[in-house]
Amino acid sequence: MILERFNKTFESKARLGIMSVLMVNESVNFNTLKDLLQLTDGNLATHLKSLEDAGYISVTKEFIGRKPNTLYTATADGKKAFVDHLNVLEQLIKGS
Amino acid sequence: MNEHLDNLREIRSLMERSSKFLSLSGLSGVFAGIVALLGAARVYLKKVELTSSYNVTGIFSAKNMAEPGEFKTFLIQTAIITFLAALFFGIYFTVRKASKNGDKLWNPLSKKLVISLTIPLLAGAVFAIVLIQQLNYSLAASSTLVFYGLALLGASHFTVRDVYFLGLFEVILGILSIVFVGYSLLFWALGFGVLHIVYGLLMYLKYDK
Repeated sequence: MILERFNKTFESKARLGIMSVLMVNESVNFNTLKDLLQLTDGNLATHLKSLEDAGYISVTKEFIGRKPNTLYTATADGKKAFVDHLNVLEQLIKGS
Repeated sequence: MNEHLDNLREIRSLMERSSKFLSLSGLSGVFAGIVALLGAARVYLKKVELTSSYNVTGIFSAKNMAEPGEFKTFLIQTAIITFLAALFFGIYFTVRKASKNGDKLWNPLSKKLVISLTIPLLAGAVFAIVLIQQLNYSLAASSTLVFYGLALLGASHFTVRDVYFLGLFEVILGILSIVFVGYSLLFWALGFGVLHIVYGLLMYLKYDK
């Protein structure tokens, strides 16, 4: 059953969106993600945390002057999981 | 099932929006082109006034000029006015499009775009100024085309693909203008004027409508 291969981490639209952005950008900061995905701070932070826990993204904190800047990058595992997920989506659509 | 299709569409759109600056307006190109044609016409009319010859070739050959110094000041003035007017329209229509789409104008992406444009353009500006100082006007015109084309090629990574081909054509015209001696101003008007208008219209119909 194909649905069993459906990755639970990507069930949420927000997490799917975060991964989409990180697939085509080397690293992206928190505010840029917020603008692109139109999420609240808390909401975005929660989704980022769960992706980080799954090992799909890595987090780097740096400072620009005195302002903290948090950068997010997709890990190799994360990229692979996302591509696999896209393939499942494609099969689901073709199969219908 | 529609949910999956929607998801794929959303993924695609996010990938594009996050990696490409899409607020460049076609109208920027159209107006920059009109400004360039006006600038070229101003230079042509000045040449006619100084040499009382209507010949379109050899406009930049200083030896034909009764007053080489006067022509030089005039050229630098026209170049600065033309550049500032084109820049003004470029920024104005981009700001307008960004606010219409609700996009942020200043983000990491537009920063990359501006930096990749500015460095070759500055190099080109210095190059052209030195050539003008040496009274080599026709090579100055050609070099602005080549440097501008290379700037666009570099910047095209961060915006719509059409900019890549515009850059390619500008470089080709710049090189042709060195080969066809005497026709620099015509090639310049073709590259900065006609090409900008054509590309601006194409992009306007494709993305802004």
